Formats: sequence, C-alpha cells, structure tokens
Amino acid sequence: MSTDVKTFPQEEHVAPNGVKLPVYMDNHATTPMDPRVLEEMLPYFMEKFGNAASRNHSFGWAGEEGVETARERIAKLVGATTKEIIFTSGATESDNLAIKGVAEMYKEKGNHIITAVTEHKAVLDTCKRLEKYGFRVTYLPVQKDGLVDLEDLKRAMDDKTILVTIMWANNEIGVLQPVAEIGKLCRERGIIFHTDATQAVGKVPVDVNKNNIDVMSISAHKMYGPKGVGALYVRRKNPRVQISAIIDGGGHERGMRSGTLNVAGIVGLGKACAIASEEMAKEACHLAGLRNRLRDKIMGRLDEVYINGSWEHRLPGNLNISFAYVEGESLLMGINDIAVSSGSACTSATLEPSYVLKALGTGDDLAHSSIRFGLGRFNTEAEVDYVADRVVETVSRLRELSPLYEMAKEGVDLKSVKWAAE
Amino acid sequence: MAYSDKVLDHYSNPRNVGSMDKNSSEVGTGLVGAPECGDVMKLQIKVNPQTNIIEDAKFKTFGCGSAIASSSLATEWVKGKTVDEALQIKNTEIVKELSLPPVKIHCSVLAEDAIRAAIHDWKKKQEVAQPATVAAQ
Repeated sequence: MSTDVKTFPQEEHVAPNGVKLPVYMDNHATTPMDPRVLEEMLPYFMEKFGNAASRNHSFGWAGEEGVETARERIAKLVGATTKEIIFTSGATESDNLAIKGVAEMYKEKGNHIITAVTEHKAVLDTCKRLEKYGFRVTYLPVQKDGLVDLEDLKRAMDDKTILVTIMWANNEIGVLQPVAEIGKLCRERGIIFHTDATQAVGKVPVDVNKNNIDVMSISAHKMYGPKGVGALYVRRKNPRVQISAIIDGGGHERGMRSGTLNVAGIVGLGKACAIASEEMAKEACHLAGLRNRLRDKIMGRLDEVYINGSWEHRLPGNLNISFAYVEGESLLMGINDIAVSSGSACTSATLEPSYVLKALGTGDDLAHSSIRFGLGRFNTEAEVDYVADRVVETVSRLRELSPLYEMAKEGVDLKSVKWAAE
Repeated sequence: MAYSDKVLDHYSNPRNVGSMDKNSSEVGTGLVGAPECGDVMKLQIKVNPQTNIIEDAKFKTFGCGSAIASSSLATEWVKGKTVDEALQIKNTEIVKELSLPPVKIHCSVLAEDAIRAAIHDWKKKQEVAQPATVAAQ
C-alpha cells in the first residue's frame, strides 16, 4: 500500500462565497453537539462526578439530580412520564433491549415478531438473532415511496404476534412511517408496538400517546447531543409493558438496564431534548426551506435526477437523490470538501448497494447513484448554494465521462442492453 | 476510503476521455461491466492495420474513482503498443501502479477485460474485412 494517501480534508479552508470548508451535511450519521449541550455537561465531568446511584452523600445526589432533570426533559419532549424513560448507551442498545426484552418477557404468549425490510441493522440483526432462538419474524416489504402498507401489516398479524417494530423515520431516505396507524392496529390486537425513533425525536413532533407507541428508542447524538447515550421509552400503563433486561448487574434503571449511569451524557441528552422542545417547530421550517432550496438548485440544473422515497412523508432535513449514469462513490470523490453519504456499494463494507433503496424497487443502478444529504441545525443558505454548485458541476463532469450517459443520449435503452456478466 | 495520489490524479485529470466511431474498421470497442454492479467501462482502440500498433485509445467509465483511474491508465498503457503487446497487460500491474486496495481489485480486472474486449472486437472486424490476410497469418 502506498503511504501517500489522501483522506477527507481536515484543514479548514474557505470557499469563494465565504463558506468554511469542509461543509458537514451528513446529519443523519451524527450531528455536531450544540454548544449549549456541552456547557451543561461540563460540570458533570469534574465537580459533579458522583455516581447517581450513591444514595447517601452529596456527590451522589448531585449526579442523581442531573439525571432526573434529564429524565423530565426527555419525558416532556415525547409526552411520557419520567418513570417510563430508561437510559442506555444509545439507540442500538435501546433497539436490542426493546426487541429482545419484549421477546423474552412475552415468549409464553407468542413467538411472532413483525418488522420491515428498511429498518436499521440494529433492529434487523436483532430480529435475525431471535430467529435462531425459535422466534418467527415477518419482514414486511415497503411500497415504492418507502412506506409500509397497513394492509400488509394487518395480514401479517396473527394470534402469535407479540411485537411489531417499525421505525419512525428512516435513516437513509428520511421517510416517516404511519406510526399512529400502526400503533392503533397493534393496540386493537394487544400487540406491543416498538418504534426506533432515533431520527425522529427532536426533528418532528413525537408524542407516545397520540401515536400509540409502547416502546421507543431514542439517541442523543442524532439531535445535537453527545455520542454513547440514548434512552428507551417503556409504557407504564394502558397497557403496561414489561421487558426483560439484557444486561444484568446492579439493578439500575428499575432493573431494566444495569450499569452505572453515564451522568454527563445523560445530562447532555436532556439538554438536547430541552432545546428541541423549544426550537423544533421553527427549526423544522428552516431545515425544510434549506432542503427544498438544495433540491431546486440541483434538479433545476440537472436532468435525470430522482428523489428516493416519499417527498410528503419525510424528515425536514433529508434529501436522498439518485443521479442517473453517475456512480455514487466517484461523485463523493469529486465533492470531497462536502461530507455526505452514498448508497453506492463502493461506499459500503459489503459491496452491496443500499438495501433500503433496493427495497423501494429503485434498481441497483440508481442505488449505486444515490447521495444522502442530511441537513442540520448549523447548515446555512450559503452552504446549500455551495453544495448545489459543486454537485451540479461534478455530476456534469462525471456524466461526460460516463458511457451510460452517452448511450442514453444516443437513444439506447440501457435496460435492453445485454451486459457482460463479470 | 483513502485514495492513492495516482488514483486521485487520474480521477481529476482522466487521460484520453472520449469516443471514437465504433463502426470504423480500425476501431475496436470493449464494453464491460454492468450498471447493476456499479461499474461499466467502455474502452476503444484505434489500430494501424499495417503495423498492428494501437495509435489511439479512448475511454468512458461509469464507476468509482478506482474504476475511472484503472481505465484511464489502461488507455495510457495500450497506446503505442501492438495489439499482442497490449494483451499482455495484467490487472496486477494496474493494481500495483495505482496502489489499489483489495476491495478495488475488481476495478483493475474490469480494465483488463476492457482491453481484451476492445482487441477482440477489432480482431473480429479484421476477419470480416480481410479474411485472406488473417488466414495467411
């Protein structure tokens, strides 16, 4: 291997229109921390270092106070009560705890779980593991727009179904599932409904009662909080949901999740929720405005650009589009002063294009050509304009290089070409 | 993903981009890969029928940066070689020249395939055009 390799440019430089580079537009992967969150966390590393489980001295009380304030703020943001919030290390753990915990607790009642093919791997791989232990899992397909068909869901439910787990907002295409309707169908049949709301909480209004949610995964670092902390909402009444622990130990979090609490992280998650409660509505308008501007500036200047997933039911900050005849990784390489991600196989470890896009019936060729733009709190209009210009310029250049674009322009139907198998 | 300087150079300044008349008897065209796989390379050569020397080469590639670089490099390497010499180019040499990581080796394989396909196409045209000459060889 050569040693003279280039990675993402780390040194800051400035674009002609004053935009600081590199531009971060990958807010579904993670978000930068809000400075207000950091400020609130800092005392909990040094002065207030106490173990929140230490019941008989002021160090412990200070930690506990931080944790309980955070619990209140999270509960308020999602319409829950404080006793329904369990702290975890993040959404992956929350998904594992929810699914395995419900499966274990209700296995006498039934062994059937329903999920969807576009779920996050934290849900899909947890379900796959349960299959090895004798559970039966139905992986629902999605429609062309990425939404689950409620009729499919109804048909999949039977008297052995104990759990439905469908995400609120998709991490790739930003599509919002009809969670309230799904929750209603589950409630009518006495089935527990878990939703992975990692991408939704703090971005769109989330109310566990209005949406009939029984169990819900939450992450801090997708909403301008720190990494390594999350929460699980577990309904206490109407109906009361019980889950078995998957981590055994000191019995923290009412026995559902042992382990000394990450107090500083939890305080950060709480502050992130408090900010979201105040600012979410305004921020959503701002983000949708930026996102639409990006879409218009790109699609107004390039032909054969396709939006992946429902436009109507979508997170305000998400734009996932495919640029026909251009491969995603080569596009990322051309815009290497912009941080976005691609559904191309070349950007994944598995060399398979995005399973989410494939599930929409997008076709492997367009899945390879997809880019996910994730706009966030700190993006500006000037950044959007810069990104749009760079994308248009790079796609145009790569299309001049693309044999597929040339063939399409010559009127060749690419679907009818017999491609040599590798 | 980290790229070698040579991959970046070919990506930013690809050599010999373009197309030649695929119906010309002097031109051989290789089209390999498939859109579903994320890589399609079109490599064309123009061969002097007297000397069998590849006088010009052009490419267009749909694929990642390493695929673009592999095909760009392939056009550089085939130019000035005889058809038989060009057939000796091995994907491993492309891997070495561009410092391709293991996950990108298939890009070099595709480039080698593209060279072979272009030469094959050209040879087929010569058989049709000058059956006597080919038979004599």
